[in-house]
Amino acid sequence: MSNVQPVAATQCMSGADVLVKSLVDHGVDVIFAYPGGASMPLHQALTRYSDRLRTILPRHEQGGAFAAQGYARTTGRVGVCMATSGPGSTNLVTALADAKLDSIPLVAITGQVSTHVIGTDAFQETPIVEVCRGITKHHCLITDVNQIARVMKEAFYVASTGRPGPVLVDMPKNIQQDTCVPDWDESMKLPGYRVDDRRAHPEQIRRIAAAIKLAKRPVIYAGGGVIASNASAALRALARKTGIPVTMTVMGLGTFPSDDPLSLDMLGMHGSVYSNWAVRDCDLLIALGVRFDDRVTGKVSAFARHAKIIHVDIDPSEINKNKPAHIPVVSDVKYALEELLKIVEPPEEISPWVGQCQTWKREQPFKYALSGEGIVQQHAISELSRMTRDRKTMVSVGVGQHQMWAAQFFKFREPRTWMSSSGLGTMGFGLPAAMGAQAAHPDALCIDIDGDGSLLMNVQELATCFCEKLPVKVLLLNNQHLGMVVQWEDRFYSGNRAHTYLGPIDQAEAIGKGEGRYASTRYPDFVGIAKGFGCGAATVSRKSDLTAALREMIDYPGPFVLDVEVPYQEHVLPMIPSGQTVDEMIRE
Amino acid sequence: MRHVISALVQNVPGVLAHISGMLASRGYNIDSLAVGATEDRQLSRMTFVVVGDDRVLEQVRNQLAKIVTVVRVDDISATNFVERDLMLIKVAAPPGGKRSEVRELVDIFRGRVVDVGDEQLMIEISGRESKIEAFIDRMRPFGILELVRTGRIAMVRSGSGGPNSDPESLPIGD
Repeated sequence: MSNVQPVAATQCMSGADVLVKSLVDHGVDVIFAYPGGASMPLHQALTRYSDRLRTILPRHEQGGAFAAQGYARTTGRVGVCMATSGPGSTNLVTALADAKLDSIPLVAITGQVSTHVIGTDAFQETPIVEVCRGITKHHCLITDVNQIARVMKEAFYVASTGRPGPVLVDMPKNIQQDTCVPDWDESMKLPGYRVDDRRAHPEQIRRIAAAIKLAKRPVIYAGGGVIASNASAALRALARKTGIPVTMTVMGLGTFPSDDPLSLDMLGMHGSVYSNWAVRDCDLLIALGVRFDDRVTGKVSAFARHAKIIHVDIDPSEINKNKPAHIPVVSDVKYALEELLKIVEPPEEISPWVGQCQTWKREQPFKYALSGEGIVQQHAISELSRMTRDRKTMVSVGVGQHQMWAAQFFKFREPRTWMSSSGLGTMGFGLPAAMGAQAAHPDALCIDIDGDGSLLMNVQELATCFCEKLPVKVLLLNNQHLGMVVQWEDRFYSGNRAHTYLGPIDQAEAIGKGEGRYASTRYPDFVGIAKGFGCGAATVSRKSDLTAALREMIDYPGPFVLDVEVPYQEHVLPMIPSGQTVDEMIRE
Repeated sequence: MRHVISALVQNVPGVLAHISGMLASRGYNIDSLAVGATEDRQLSRMTFVVVGDDRVLEQVRNQLAKIVTVVRVDDISATNFVERDLMLIKVAAPPGGKRSEVRELVDIFRGRVVDVGDEQLMIEISGRESKIEAFIDRMRPFGILELVRTGRIAMVRSGSGGPNSDPESLPIGD
């Protein structure tokens, strides 16, 4: 067998070649793969297809899986990552759970010990399929080289159809080495998986149209499902045709342009005052591709309590799960909206309501105090948003305060330009996700807006950015603390600092005795770290220097970290405390 | 309310672990779970008894149906169905009066003695849950030494038969 050239489709191939060829045949052009003993044949095969499939070597398997997510979130195509058995595979676990909660199409391939030693506690053996059952959409341990072509077909189909999600394919090493003449045409064996029928019935569409016609105070509540089903254009058409205001979940940002007068921006715990008031007072809530998550609803019984609820989702198990729907519709959102657009008429009289929403929006905007010479997080994000508005920009975030401020202050206009670990809330998501987006969009400006806690969790991926020539930018909002936990400590634990300061333990901030708004020391030296990885880096702490510093970052030809000194006593507002209602919203 | 859910699943490794793991992780309460082969070698049948209100049941059904290897889910409680539970029970029954009493009860409940020891009898009995429970109650005074049950299995009747056409519908214990 040749070691350098891909083999022809009809001849005898190794299992590893069958798998890699099936990736190519499914249109995969980038894979994030970290090798190890049990995946070496797969990596050898990857070199034979390198003209059609780029292999990017992350510096940690979790980084590779989040990069695959960044690829998937910004393209809508299936992201692919690979790891070896044992620790390689368990390092994927967090990113798989993350992809499950945010419905991101992913195929993860893991090496496994050879079939004859499975179950013997062999070196680097982990029953990864067992580990991942509850956190993947589907999973398969391949036990016969002849299954590979079919299983890969099933993996891509399941990952990308219906409600998307992660699929794990576990490949024992001897199966990678076995040979066969693959049957590429074998049909899938998925008798229990039918998603083609997830389409609204005409009668349901008529009921939705009738409810819209009669509504006096309607609101559209749009989520990640609108983006997943590529329904943003249909959503915009619906808003234009009916004049109904639109609020978005954190997963839905970008699906409706934030500068549209009908946009009510994000709703929920840290959503806008006006979106939350609109949902409180609406008489019709049109929920599209959402799951009534607790971060959106607060106390669920009080959420939209005066409203008739239309709930359109492709996953039947989401309907009536958290909040009963008056008009439940199991459907692909795009199909439902396109059918609805054929018959829907504007509500009879909603201009007083839309006027009310717009008054709230004018009077209660997202806001922050712009005093002093220093830089506050919200301002840094607003400025970055302003400076990048005319170019193709993709933004990822870690988790915490900076994530919510990015959601509030970065103006998203298009779907698939925003990457946030929204359901699982995984710190360390931002840098590798931006890296994956950059691999998919070489022409785009890919920016990770991150916190110092989150960045450190996958900071090793700066090496990937440098070595693989992925010019990702990191806007590091460095407050030396786990800011969101600090905020909760301030609000609910009398400000007692419990391991939320990230500097040396002999500093006063470690016990909450710091003076002033800014931490007294800066640790670690992120500029030194970035430069050590070969990246450009700079630090900025004065408001008057911010624009020039952002310009330097944006124009830098390679990866760059801009370390921005920000205060640690800023709180993300507004805030509806967990489990409470819109009436308990903290605005000051 | 008590519901009998019947699920047809692909006969692949791990499907039972997947389903029981899902039920446990979502906090659903399962009274019994029986699994076995069907007429189709590729498929297995699982029968669950779940206690909960309609909303819980809707969720259990939907979450089950969402599992890729689950082919079909039916809540058969609302239909006209036959359910059975098989039990083996070992009872203290020394030769003499006690043993005769036990054997008489076994006859009334249409059970069978399947093993006879010096001081004990093993009895096989099948039927609806209420009948099995009633039989267990009758055996308690004699002394139950060991007991094992399969959990419930169920099947929907073919159209015509009414509830009373179940020959297991005995006046006693049913």
